[in-house]
Amino acid sequence: MALPSHASRLERVWHYTYLVICALIFLFLIAPILIIIPLSFNAEPYFTFTEKMLSLDPTGYSLRWYDMLLTLGMSAPDAARDGSWWADAWANSTWLRAAKNSVIIGFFSTLLATFLGTLAALGLSRPEMPFRRTIMAVLISPMIVPIIITATGLFFFYSSTGLANSYLGIVMAHATLGIPFVIITVTATLVGFDHSLSRAAASLGASPARSFFKITMPLILPGVVSGALFAFVTSFDEVVVVLFIAAHDQQTIPRQMWAGIREQISPAILSVATILVIVSIGLLSAVELLRRRSEKMRGLSPG
Amino acid sequence: MADMTATPPEAAPQGLQTADGRPLKAALAESQARAKRRAFYLVAPLLAFILLTFVLPIGQLLSRSVSDPRFIEHVDRSSGEVTPIMTGLRAWFDDNPAGTEPDEAAYAALAADLVLLADLRGQGDVGTRINYEAPGTRSLFTKTARRAEDLQAPFREAILDVDEDWADPMLWQAMRDASSRFTANFYLAALDLAKDETGKIVNVPQERQVYVMLFERTAILSVLITFLTLVLGFPVAHLLATLPLRYSNLLMILVLLPFWTSLLVRTTSWMVLLQSQGVINSTLVWLGVIGEDGRIQMIYNQLGTVIAMTHILLPFMVLPLYSVMRPIKPAYVRAARSLGATSWTAFRRIYLPQTVPGIGAGALLVFILAVGYYITPALVGGADGQLISNLIAFHMQNSLNWSLAAALASLLLAGVLILYWLYDRLVGIDNLKLG
Repeated sequence: MALPSHASRLERVWHYTYLVICALIFLFLIAPILIIIPLSFNAEPYFTFTEKMLSLDPTGYSLRWYDMLLTLGMSAPDAARDGSWWADAWANSTWLRAAKNSVIIGFFSTLLATFLGTLAALGLSRPEMPFRRTIMAVLISPMIVPIIITATGLFFFYSSTGLANSYLGIVMAHATLGIPFVIITVTATLVGFDHSLSRAAASLGASPARSFFKITMPLILPGVVSGALFAFVTSFDEVVVVLFIAAHDQQTIPRQMWAGIREQISPAILSVATILVIVSIGLLSAVELLRRRSEKMRGLSPG
Repeated sequence: MADMTATPPEAAPQGLQTADGRPLKAALAESQARAKRRAFYLVAPLLAFILLTFVLPIGQLLSRSVSDPRFIEHVDRSSGEVTPIMTGLRAWFDDNPAGTEPDEAAYAALAADLVLLADLRGQGDVGTRINYEAPGTRSLFTKTARRAEDLQAPFREAILDVDEDWADPMLWQAMRDASSRFTANFYLAALDLAKDETGKIVNVPQERQVYVMLFERTAILSVLITFLTLVLGFPVAHLLATLPLRYSNLLMILVLLPFWTSLLVRTTSWMVLLQSQGVINSTLVWLGVIGEDGRIQMIYNQLGTVIAMTHILLPFMVLPLYSVMRPIKPAYVRAARSLGATSWTAFRRIYLPQTVPGIGAGALLVFILAVGYYITPALVGGADGQLISNLIAFHMQNSLNWSLAAALASLLLAGVLILYWLYDRLVGIDNLKLG
């Protein structure tokens, strides 16, 4: 990328212009996500930086919107903040309840998606798999088909089978949406997998199960875990299917956000968004670390 | 020695054999079939799961798009009991060809059917069903069913007395259409077409033509968004592909973080930024570029949809571009330069053609994702930034014309599946990369 010493003046100008353009595009990518973090500490119910915030006056900042996440829906939000206040928040706070639902649904759908997806990826990456391409295309399709179509179909299906308004229904739907991610990441890991390793294990007398758990599993684990994280994020961020098939009291974080944005967008939404951004930074770091670990294990990169 | 070289006479015509005496060909075929079965058994549970939770629901959607039996059967809301309705009128339709002037027998059948309907309290549903085919007729059913008990022969005069709109041939054609279990009328409606009183397919009146326009708008905005992501994604991907891995991995985080961030969060961010009281407008006012009353309306219109969707879909363009650009050897461009090409020619003739697979993959992926977008247009699109998905949701949740929603969804699905097939042929679905 470095400019050669024989570059003409025009090339130099273009080179720096190009770097500036790239910097602006990176800014376009990242700024919208970062800008909500300071705004969520706004003491005023505005969506822009107030004078006080710009002059870094501490009174311009507050945690009131974060506090609102806890107090909204509580039976006695103004009581003294002792043990019973926290118990009240844990039991009644609208956002906490949504968070609990989201985590439960996300956990079980991830479990289901990861188990079925990994199993299928193992079969799909065998060279003797029949109709490989077609089956792969079918299994990936929930990621490609517009979510509104999936949600509409599930609505018809669930209302005719009685799965509507049930946690089982949501978990199954979210698992379906997460499975393509698991398949993609696990098959990508299996591409570099050396099958002679499992053959060596077999020739040394290991049973298929033992060779899977001792040889294959540790090698593909990074792929499986990042697939699982993808599946979890998919479920944790999914709102349309929940809107279509869930009961009114089955609130999740995205659904609560959706309602909040549609009705009266308040900076409380920004504080949720900030928390979610921090969660996604954590998840991204985890996936990056896993990817590097996997590449190192398979000898794909020096570092 | 002679004993050992002599082959057993009975084995010679069968060719090679395994140790236990079976022909090798058969043994190999069997073991291959076993390996195939094993591979398939691993996939089978997931395949069954996807068939149940995805393919079957889509199938139901398709069947719903050609059928709305609310004119044929009444489903009780509380007990779920199904009662056949409008039997008399449907029998009359069966006996008389399309276009027959409704006679006294037809009106008598109608009156009898309306009595049953009033008993079941099903006139609202039937009226709604017919209203889809012949707009403005729902009240006819509710009004007439209320008085159905008191209707006396001759029924033709009696019913026309309640409302003379019953004589409308459009209405009778609509009821005839609704009498068959399967109908293509919802697809016609989804394409802004309708049947006239003789059953001929015509365009609906100008003011009610919305769907074709929405399909067009969805396609146009998706092309625009795809183009914008390409324009923005290309330089970034090129930079990432040419920087040393140490730096590009760091910069890659700036692409991947939006990718991992909740869609709702990113949409919210754009609402905050683009609002008329938001960050961008306030900054412009502060800079003096625009006046306090000149704040630009950048959200709740098409502009908002385009900006937010471009941002959200940009990583889907950068990642495939990057994975194609990374392995391109800089030696080719250098060779072109050393042979006298200017840097622009070298880029255009040597570098660009090598990135075409990445451009194709990224553009196709972004376009496929864009045509089905729902959340972002719903939140930032306002009235004129809505896409076809939003209309499907509207018919599902507000107008409750589920069959029309299903027909629109099926058309969208057909388009997406064609593109998906194309993507699989050109790019290969297993080349999809997620960071």
